[in-house]
Amino acid sequence: MRTIRFLLQKEFLQIFRNKGMLPIIFLMPVVQLVLLSFAATYEIREVNFHLIDFDQSEASQQLVQKFQATGYFNLQSSSFNVDDGIEKMRSNDVRLALVIPQDFEQRLKLGQFASVQLNIDAVDGTTAGLIQGYGRSIIQDFSSRIRPNVENIKLTNQQGIEVIPASWYNPNLDYIQYMVPGILVVLISMIGMFLSGMNIVREREIGTIEQLNVTPIKRYQFIIGKLLPFWIIALFELGIGLLIAYYGFGVPFVGSAWLLFGIAGIFLLVVQGLGLFISTITDTQQQAMFIAWFLMVVFILMGGLFTPIQSMPVWAQELTIFNPIAHFIEIMRSVMLKGAGWFEVQHLVGLLTVMAVLILPASIFRYRKSTS
Amino acid sequence: MKPISVHHAHKSYGAKEAVKGISFEVDEGLLFGLIGPDGAGKTTIFRILTTLLKPDKGEALVLGLDVVDDYRQIRKHVGYMPGRFSLYQDLSVEENVAFFASVFGTTIDANYDLIEPIYSQLEPFKDRLAGALSGGMKQKLALSCALIHKPEVLFLDEPTTGVDAVSRKEFWQMLHRLKEENITILVSTPYMDEAEQCDRVALMQDGQILSIDTPERITKTFHNQLWAIKTENKYQLIQLLRSYEYAESVQPFGEYVHYTDKREEVQAEHIMEYLKSKGVINPTVVAIAPDIEDTFMRLMEQEETYE
Repeated sequence: MRTIRFLLQKEFLQIFRNKGMLPIIFLMPVVQLVLLSFAATYEIREVNFHLIDFDQSEASQQLVQKFQATGYFNLQSSSFNVDDGIEKMRSNDVRLALVIPQDFEQRLKLGQFASVQLNIDAVDGTTAGLIQGYGRSIIQDFSSRIRPNVENIKLTNQQGIEVIPASWYNPNLDYIQYMVPGILVVLISMIGMFLSGMNIVREREIGTIEQLNVTPIKRYQFIIGKLLPFWIIALFELGIGLLIAYYGFGVPFVGSAWLLFGIAGIFLLVVQGLGLFISTITDTQQQAMFIAWFLMVVFILMGGLFTPIQSMPVWAQELTIFNPIAHFIEIMRSVMLKGAGWFEVQHLVGLLTVMAVLILPASIFRYRKSTS
Repeated sequence: MKPISVHHAHKSYGAKEAVKGISFEVDEGLLFGLIGPDGAGKTTIFRILTTLLKPDKGEALVLGLDVVDDYRQIRKHVGYMPGRFSLYQDLSVEENVAFFASVFGTTIDANYDLIEPIYSQLEPFKDRLAGALSGGMKQKLALSCALIHKPEVLFLDEPTTGVDAVSRKEFWQMLHRLKEENITILVSTPYMDEAEQCDRVALMQDGQILSIDTPERITKTFHNQLWAIKTENKYQLIQLLRSYEYAESVQPFGEYVHYTDKREEVQAEHIMEYLKSKGVINPTVVAIAPDIEDTFMRLMEQEETYE
């Protein structure tokens, strides 16, 4: 125990002396959360559109006004040729070409089925989806309001099913609330996987391991001395991140903090185990960094941070069972936003525990082999 | 029980055999030198004896303990200073020494008397980071760290490489003092002049030991008269001597060329005459006593012709 204490003392001394790293460790959560909330957003504003209004009626003008009034769309140009709109889209002047057919108002007045066409630039699929969504809701809103003005329609009692959506746990579909838990997971994964793995490789790279190996320090003591400091720092970082999210950005925290930190502790063992494993197969920090980044990008892309796992192909969904980051992102979102308790997340915690139990001893075993 | 004994140790890195069946023993309280050029296998022997490498064949014992089976015991009782500076550059002088003391379960104060002569020179800089020290200072710090737990055997792998002449001299003085504390020291060096500081030396070449003896006796095995020859044009001189029918060995040595002759009763005049006959003006030919470097060169040459 004494040896471990001295090793920890030494590690913390080195970490806190590292002027290049320490500020980054504490700046990282702030910068990431600030960037996320102010810059990275799924909301769209001022989408330029081209209008082809063949109807030139009162109704069509009302619809166009409605488009503009929302603030989401901006009338860039208009003409009577659909090809103009397509051409403008090709030259990136507009992202939407709105076509209103000739009999638009007439059909509405007769209570018939009227249609408008939205031609959307779908090079960026996400934006296209948003434009379509906004456009559709504006048109629906318009069609429900136009009705009282259209006197001569026989108001048949429209029998049908009305869908009333209610977004639970995130009523305003707030992008930040959804992203913050994920970003925090990436943050502590980086500390766990990169910093602890890198730290071990560094001892090898600068040759200090040679001197250490001739001391009575046992390998398990050495490894604990390497992993524990970053385990502590990562949990501390998670705490800072959650405080910033809660007080700074109003992200709700419904669940139990104890549960979350407990699971984070297990999750960190998994990523630190991976970092340790990487350190056993590399000789330089550069190599270790490269491999760690590769793994990290795969984990993030397939972890449901930016794109929902449910929209991945089946094989990719099945592979996420091996992705600790995916599990922890899901746990974070459930616990923070839904207030999920132990019962709801236990199967995911089980998976993380299995990973920790497999990866950590395997890495320690490999570490022994690679240095003896 | 000898503090260090190695029997027929072999070690290969892939296809390259770095140590080819080496045997030697070191008596207690001796300063033993492994002398040889880079790539002779010196570091491999150090790494085997400090339990960092397992020998492929043969055995190595330190303080009577096997380096493979009893490596844990050995590590408590030996000090090691690797050839490359291996302390924490981002820790201060004092922090480095304190750290290594603590992992051996001791403190700086407990063994201060042993490191005092060395460490006292470092104390004015004890708050300086190890990375900011000069080469000689780093070496003293490394020695302090290797000594802080009062080891019985000290392994120093090329401790003076890359260190200035004054620091080198000081360093050897320190080693002699440590010897008086009855610490057995194994030291390696590529510098022949340092060999004469050791009690015994093993001359190494290409993974083998050519000769083990005291430095004096090793130089005595040099039977032939050795000549130091100097002319205006050294390159031409070497060419001429090599083509001389009686030449045994020709080795450039600073501004001189060291030369031995095959004839029993050769005089300086014989060599002078030969050189003058080849048009060399005013050659200097002096009879000298061989030093260890001459012996080493000759042993190496013999080895090559033998092979």
